[in-house]
Parts: sequence; structure tokens; C-alpha cells
Amino acid sequence: MFALVANQKVVIDWPCFWVVLGGSFLPRGVYTVLLFKMQFMLLFSRQGKLRLQKWYVPLSDKEKKKITRELVQTVLARKPKMCSFLEWRDLKIVYKRYASLYFCCAIEDQDNELITLEIIHRYVELLDKYFGSVCELDIIFNFEKAYFILDEFLLGGEAQETSKKNVLKAIEQADLLQENIDFQMRLFAAPS
Amino acid sequence: MPAVSKGDGMRGLAVFISDIRNCKSKEAEIKRINKELANIRSKFKGDKALDGYSKKKYVCKLLFIFLLGHDIDFGHMEAVNLLSSNKYTEKQIGYLFISVLVNSNSELIRLINNAIKNDLSSRNPTFMCLALHCIANVGSREMAEAFASEIPRILVAGDTMDSVKQSAALCLLRLYKTSPDLVLMGEWTSRVVHLLNDQHMGVVTAAISLITCLSQKNPDEFKTCVSLAVSRLSRIVSSASTDLQDYTYYFVPAPWLSCKLLRLLQCYPPPEDGAVKGRLVECLETILNKAQEPPKSKKVQHSNAKNAILFEAISLIIHYDSEPNLLVRACNQLGQFLQHRETNLRYLALESMCTLASSEFSHEAVKTHIETVINALKTERDVSVRQRAADLLYAMCDRSNAKQIVAEMLSYLETADYSIREEMVLKVAILAEKYAVDYSWYVDTILNLIRIAGDYVSEEVWYRVIQIVINRDDVQGYAAKTVFEVLLHEPSKFGRWFGSVLLGRPLVQFNLLHSKFHLCSVPTRALLLSAYIKFINLFPETKATIQEVLRCDSQIRNSDVELQQRAVEYLKLSSIASTDVLATVLEEMPPFPERESSILAKLKKKKGPGAVSVTELDDSKREAGELNGGADRGPDTASTPSPSADLLGIRSAAPVGAAQTNAGSLLVDVFSDSGCSHFPFPLLPIHSLFVLLPICFHPCFVLGLSLHPCPVLWPPSSAPPSEDPAPPLSEADELLNKFVCKNNGVLFENQLLQIGIKSEYRQNLGRMYLFYGNKTSVQFASFSTTVSCPGELQLNVQSKPVEPLVEGGAQIQQVLNIECITDFCDAPLLNIKFSRYGGALQNLTLKLPVTINKFFQPTEMSSSDFFQRWKQLSQPQQEAQKIFKANHSMDTEVLKAKLLGLGTALLDNVDPNPENYVCAGVIQTKGQQIGCLLRLEPNAQAQMYRLTLRCSKDTVSKRLCELLAQQF
Repeated sequence: MFALVANQKVVIDWPCFWVVLGGSFLPRGVYTVLLFKMQFMLLFSRQGKLRLQKWYVPLSDKEKKKITRELVQTVLARKPKMCSFLEWRDLKIVYKRYASLYFCCAIEDQDNELITLEIIHRYVELLDKYFGSVCELDIIFNFEKAYFILDEFLLGGEAQETSKKNVLKAIEQADLLQENIDFQMRLFAAPS
Repeated sequence: MPAVSKGDGMRGLAVFISDIRNCKSKEAEIKRINKELANIRSKFKGDKALDGYSKKKYVCKLLFIFLLGHDIDFGHMEAVNLLSSNKYTEKQIGYLFISVLVNSNSELIRLINNAIKNDLSSRNPTFMCLALHCIANVGSREMAEAFASEIPRILVAGDTMDSVKQSAALCLLRLYKTSPDLVLMGEWTSRVVHLLNDQHMGVVTAAISLITCLSQKNPDEFKTCVSLAVSRLSRIVSSASTDLQDYTYYFVPAPWLSCKLLRLLQCYPPPEDGAVKGRLVECLETILNKAQEPPKSKKVQHSNAKNAILFEAISLIIHYDSEPNLLVRACNQLGQFLQHRETNLRYLALESMCTLASSEFSHEAVKTHIETVINALKTERDVSVRQRAADLLYAMCDRSNAKQIVAEMLSYLETADYSIREEMVLKVAILAEKYAVDYSWYVDTILNLIRIAGDYVSEEVWYRVIQIVINRDDVQGYAAKTVFEVLLHEPSKFGRWFGSVLLGRPLVQFNLLHSKFHLCSVPTRALLLSAYIKFINLFPETKATIQEVLRCDSQIRNSDVELQQRAVEYLKLSSIASTDVLATVLEEMPPFPERESSILAKLKKKKGPGAVSVTELDDSKREAGELNGGADRGPDTASTPSPSADLLGIRSAAPVGAAQTNAGSLLVDVFSDSGCSHFPFPLLPIHSLFVLLPICFHPCFVLGLSLHPCPVLWPPSSAPPSEDPAPPLSEADELLNKFVCKNNGVLFENQLLQIGIKSEYRQNLGRMYLFYGNKTSVQFASFSTTVSCPGELQLNVQSKPVEPLVEGGAQIQQVLNIECITDFCDAPLLNIKFSRYGGALQNLTLKLPVTINKFFQPTEMSSSDFFQRWKQLSQPQQEAQKIFKANHSMDTEVLKAKLLGLGTALLDNVDPNPENYVCAGVIQTKGQQIGCLLRLEPNAQAQMYRLTLRCSKDTVSKRLCELLAQQF
């Protein structure tokens, strides 16, 4: 019930006390030793509603909610002409606004910010191509598709396939399978 | 619903999503969701077996509900069932649900793994990819155990489809990150490396991430990847913008792959093979050249992709740090970006230059951009860019430009954002110390620093200054004179510096000092009192005046224990002790041994927990501790001053003996040197006074009294040792107030004991971890703690007894379980008893920071809901209001943090006045729930607040109002 980390050692001198207790909640080893490229990606609206979340590091639901809440607030507070990158805790946040949606990625400190910005853009292009000038509503009502497209494009936080054509081909093939089945079901379910 | 409608997607899902979107309030949404959850639950539990489509639809709805932020505790089994469906879409939704919602329920994982195993062996590439995506998304240890040996085979098999290979490579990477011990490449190594040569660019893009990660761990085994990567990079860089077809992104060939290749090369030193190296240098030069070419497109995507490669190439150049030509070119390129119209590029250029500044080849080149960087610090509109500029100035600082940079940073500090001030202060302090060529500059800089950013100057900074001043008698004259002048003219800003100023004719000095006494904070007053006793020692003629001061009620009966104790002890000391005894007790401190700057350690710490290990911090703090209370050092070490290793130490420290002979003589006239003729009287030796300073920071050193439970000079009646729990400390309430808005921290600390607290609350339950640290080097015996709750059955606190022995320097932990039965006002009391050396019993009672607000559950609500409820709570006794003066900063972020720390939800866009804060929450007790609404109206001009609380229970309104009025 309590998400306290076991065996936490608290040293006597108070500044250290804070390092241990108040320090980052992301597990330390995750980003120092194991080099995850992207830690997570969030899509949220101007009103702060979360539309899509993809986590590439293992975190508890509580931690995810906390991060989301803080980050949405931080990003929404920024003015339009500001830099697309910001340092946040031990991470770097790369974000860009498309119409009413903010796309926001967390990468490691030493990662490439510009290429991450273009990862966001490529994902937007993919959504746009698939839905045909995508809007926020498409992502709300077809959230599962948005996830499928993302999985084809990024896997485990790394670019899997950067060719727009290839990603869409994979998704369309899957849709084709779906339509075939839907067609069969229709035949089956409505004999009249 | 007719079956036909199943055809067009999942209509039920779309209808549900529309319903949710149409909900006018959060409550309506929750109601709708609960209705849906009940429906799904009944469908899943129903006798009738669901068909695949319905299962898919309901699982999808659950997923949607989860993504809205609600907890889902069922449906996992149905999702797992979908995995084994042979219909693609059902399988796909099943996998999605598992990927998003998996928890480490081992029973389930086994079933999931079974389904994955089937799909992996199905030979159907689409199914295989789905299964691989799922492994990559979940990446649990159990999955690694099941598949870590299977996936490399899929990855390198000749007949595997390209898309499957791509997924397999990244899937393996994820497993390697979670469980490196289970992923054994061994025989596959060379075939994996050769994926860099694969025809399919997508395969290379995916595989290179895996190879990079593996190379970092086993650089030798993967060494062959360097030459392959170089040739691949070379082919991409030299290709025309259309050669790579769909892998060209806005006229830039394969930007992602290029960046990854350059990143891989950063795992290795420069290639030893001359041909390979030549080819790589050529690539890097081409990349730098391309940056100068006119853009092929005006789209920002084109320049971003191109520059992404450029920055990665510059990283590699910096990593090699061996090609002066390339380093200087990189620096020039970044210099151009410093003035680019794109904020992003300016940010990145500043950041990248920071690393260039540390290379000996490019340091000078970076320095040429100083004016641009200073300009950025002054004019950038985005604080994160300004922060980068400040970092770069710090990195490029050396003896030649220190004065300019420090001056700029100081002037920036006046307007700097609160978030970065403390770090800036540390940086200025470090640079001032590191590059000081004359003391007057150093002292002026630090004084300016304190004037400009007094609140952000941490203890370490001024400890360090005093340490330096004490160790160097040639700086003392100037320092004392300057501080004295400042004190004369600008008294209000200098807080703790008062204690360090003792100059002029003794009585004049004393009166000047004492005239500011009432303006000072408690710690400063404590320092001043210690300074007074030293006056008595050095200038017997001041004795009568000072004793009078100490004797007056405001000192000797001061409500602050520390001040009271000092006043009483010093008074007694001055009247009982002979001149000799007094002189011995107050003998000056020897100079400090030179050691690493405590501020440097502090800066490292600020750079995040990852940057410095805990032991390092330990050291730095220990050092700071010694700095202010070097009581342990015997006279032996003191008599051999270490030669100055410090950068400031231009000449080595004067021997202590010489300093001591000066003490007490009244001959140094600093002012006559500088022409300040209005202070013609002789001055006391500054040296001795500065030397005395650190003593006064640590009361235990002054007389060695406070360490004892019953101080020698303490009136015996005031603290009789007893077996009954002592009454709560006078500051217990103050300590309690510090924890109203936070759950973790140090509750109490004195010379012997530190008590840290970490606590968490859920509903009406709480758990508190207490950490008792023995700060001394001797054992605490018969250590025991008891918790008692005043009032009747309001709180139920359970604890286990603690270990009776606490070794010196050790820490023990105690867990308390707390249950809130009903609302309460009085905090539970914690009594601690222990003895040292088997001597007098220490008996200490504190209030545990358990306050009613800890049991808050935040409640989000809309503006209309809020005001509706506000009106409902309109009975006069339900409201409590207080108007009070601001005791702390009125900064918005600070206030928000406090209100969130309170446990309520901070509601935006509710109050028509955006300056006001509105919060809502429900206090959970065992018996009932108490709704609370809060409104805080700051008046920045008057530095006042009006706080209004309305709760469904009147006692709670009052108590919360009392508690909160102390917080702002």
C-alpha cells in the first residue's frame, strides 16, 4: 500500500537526508547506467487533458500521474516563442505544439534535442497521413490507432522505422486484415 | 444493438467516448464511468460467454477509462484471452491493453508469455511483430527469462522479414536494459554487428540502437562496428539528397541513422586505423561544410534535421578532443548559432559550447564569444536559455576574464529568476575565490553577492568566506573595514554579517553593533551574544555595559532557548570567571586547515543526486561542520598551519604564533591608511576578531556547556532530570508548523540527536518513519521513545519499541502507523529518553507533525461546483477566517507548492481574481468525511493575506485556519 522504497538509508547530515529523500523519483540506475533513449512521450491538450501517454521506463502509476501533472503544468505555462527544450529534474523535455495538442518527450540530458523534435514531427506526419489532416478528435476517438502507429514508429523509445511509407504500409496491412474480418462478420451476422 | 452495427469499428466505444466528452462536470464523468464499469463487470461475470468482438470492445473501453486517469482492477483476464484470438484486431487490442496496463501479476505474466510464445512461432510476421512489441513495451524480468534466448535467433535468421528484424532488435535492446545478465549475445555478436551493413535502412536504424547499447557494455567484443559505422556514415553523408528515397527527410539523408551512427562512434576512442580515421574526419568535415551551404528548404524540419546531425558530429569531435582544427571549426559554427534567430539553436549552441570550453584546444576560441554570451544573459527572454548562458560564462571563466564575468553574473543576479539564484550565487562565490587576484576584489564581490542575493546565500558560502579571511591576515584589515562601513550605511541587508564586524573604539563598536540587534534573526542574535562575551574578554571597559545588556529581561528571559541560554551563561561567565579563565575559554581559534571548498561541493550537489555520490556529500558536510565547530582539533594540528593549497592563498598562511602575539594589541589603524579621518581612534586588531568568529557559530565550543544535559551554568531549577516525560519543548509548535505542508524532513536537531521524518498518508491512515541519528561519537544507552495522543480516541498511533542502544554516529529507524479516528486539534507527543556515558537522562518531548490536513484527499471541481458548495457551507460557524501578515515569500510558485503540500487540490480558473488561490479537499477520518474549501487572498502590496476556510465541520475550519495562518 505504501510506495516507500525499501531499505532506504538515511544519513545523518541533513543535506544528504534531502538527497536521499527528496531526490528524483526515477530509479537512479535507469538513466545513468542503462541509457534509455526516450523515457516517455505525452500528448496533451491546451486544457491539460492527457490524450496519449507512452512510458519507456518502468514506473508506478502513481509516479506516472505525478510526472504528468507536473509536466503538463510546466509546459503549459511556457510562452509561445520560448525554446522547445527545458531541463526538468534530471531529464530534458522536448516539446512542440501542433494546433491544440502538445507533444512532449522526455529524453536524457545528453541526448539529441533536435532529432527528438523531428521524431515528434514525423509522428505528427504519420498521424496526419493516416487520418487525413489529423485533429485532436481523431486521436481521442481512435486512441488505439494512435498507439499502434506509435509502436510501429518507435519501439522501446528508439526509432524503429523512420520511413513514412513503411510505417503506414504496416498499419494499412493491419487495417486490411481488420476490414476482411469485419466484412466476414457482417456476412455472418446479418444474413438478412 | 443489432449485430450489423459491429461492422463499423466499435460503435459502442465511440458512443461511450462521446458520452464522456459531453459530461459537464467531473462528477458527471465519474458517474458515467462507474456506470460503464458496472456494466462491463456484469458482462464479464455474466453466464453468457462473450464473443470476441464484445470482449474487444469492453477491453478497449476499460483501456480508455484507464487512460482518463482512473484505476482499473479487472479485465486483465479478458485481455489475455484476446491474445489467443486468431482475429488480428482482437489480438491487437489484447496486446495494447497488456502493454499499457500490465502489472507484475505473475499468474497473468505466465499466460501472457504463453500467448506471446505462440505468436512468435506462428511464422506470421504481423503476429510476430505484435508479440515483439508487447515484449518491448512491458520488458519485465519474467519476459526476459522466457524470451531472451529466442529473440537473437529471430534477429539474425536469414528468412526473417525485415519488419520483424527491426522489432526483434529493439525488443532485445529493451530486455538487455532490464536484465543484462539474461541476454547473452556470444555467438550472435558478429552477425548482429553486420546488421550495420544490411540493405534495408530500417533494419540498420533499429539494429544500431542495440549495437550502441551493447558496445557500451562490451566495447572490445563489438569493436569491429567502428569501421562498419564509419563506412555507412560516409555513404550517407556523401549521398545526394534524393538517393535514400523515403529515408530522406526534408532533403536530409537519413538524419536519424546518421545521428545514431555518430552516437555509436562516441562509445569508442578515435579509430586507430589511419584509413578509417581519415574517412571519418572527411565525414565530419563534410558535415561542417554542409552547415555553411545555403539551405535546400526553408522548412524548419530541414534545418532541424541538418543541425541535429551537426550537433551530434560536434559531440563526437569534442569526445575525441584530438583534432584542434575540427574543434575550432566547431566552435566557430556554434558562435554563428549564438546569434541565430531560432531560440532552439541559441540554446543548443550555448549548451554545446560549455563542453567545448573545457577542451584546451578550443578554450580560447570559446572565450572570443564572451560578449555575445553576456548579451544573451541580459537579453534572452527564456529563462532556460539564460541559464545556459550563465553556465557557459562559468565554464569559460579564467583568470583573464574573471572580473568581467563575475561582474556580469552579479548584475544578472539582481533580476535573475528565483529558480536559479541559489546556483548562481554558488557559482559567483566559487569564481570569485578561484580567480581572486586581490583580496579587496574578493571581499567586495562577496559582500555584493550578499547584498544582492542575501536570501539565497547559503551557509556554505559565508562559512567559506570567514574561513578564508581567518586564514589570511593580510585580507582581514580590508574585510573588517569594508564590513564595518557597510554595517554603518546599510544595516538591514546584512543579517548574519553583523556578527563579524567588530571595529572602532570598543564601546562605539559595541553600540553600533547592538543598535542593530533587534533587527536580526535569532541565529544572528546568538552570534552577536557570543561576540559580546568576546568584547568583555578583549576590552574589560565594556564589561559593565554588556552585562547590563545581557541582564535585561529581553535577553535573560528570551523565549528562544538558545538565546536565553547564551545570555545566562555569558552573564555568569563574565561575573564568575577571572580574567585568566575568560581569556582561556575565549582563546582564539587556530587557522583552518586548507581543504576543498565547501561551496564547490554544494554546487556539485545541486547538479543533481546523480552527479555526486552520497559519501562525497557526507564529506563536504562534515567539512562544513568542522568549519564552524572545529572543537575536535587539538592544539597540535593548529600550531602547524598547512601551506595554502587554496587558489586564494597567494602567500602561505602566517604562522599562528605571530597572530597570537598581535591579539589584544590595539595598534592597527586601518582607516588612517584609507584616509577615513572621521574615525581617528585606534582600532582593535581585526585579526583576532575574525579569528574568534567561528567560535560563536557553535555554542558548544564556546563553553562546552550545551553538550551536557544540565549545563553547569544553567539555573538548576529549570531542567531537573526526571523519569516523567518532559513537557513539550518550547519550540515544539514551531517545529510542527514546519511540517504542515510537507511530509519529509528533519523534525528536530540538537548537538546530540537528529530526528528525521518521512511519512505518507492514504485516506484516514498514515505511516511515519522516524529516523533517530546519534550525532555524537558515544553510544546512547537505554534509548526509548513513547508516543502519546492527547484528547480522547481521536488518533490511534501504533509503534514498535526501538533498539535501546544507539551507537555513536549510527541511526535507527522506527515506524509508526497512524489512524485518524475523528478530527483532532492536538498533535501526538513523542517523548524520547536516553542517557550518555550512563550519565544524566536526556528527556525530550516533541510534537509529532501529524496534523488534520494530512488526511486530505484532493478534490478537483469546476468553478460552478466550487461556488455552489461554498454557498452550501454558509453557516457562520462553518467558516473560519483570518487576516494576517506574510511571514514568508509571497512568490506564486512557493505558495502553490505549499497549498499542494497541504494535501488539497489547487483549483485553477475558479476564483474570478487570478491572484487568489482556491483549494478543495476532503478530510478522511474513520467515522466521517469532512469536505473543506479554502480561499487564500494575497495582498502583495500590504504583504497581507486573508484566509477563509469553510468546512462541513466547524472545529476543522478553526483548526485548519490556525495551522495555515502560520504557513504563509
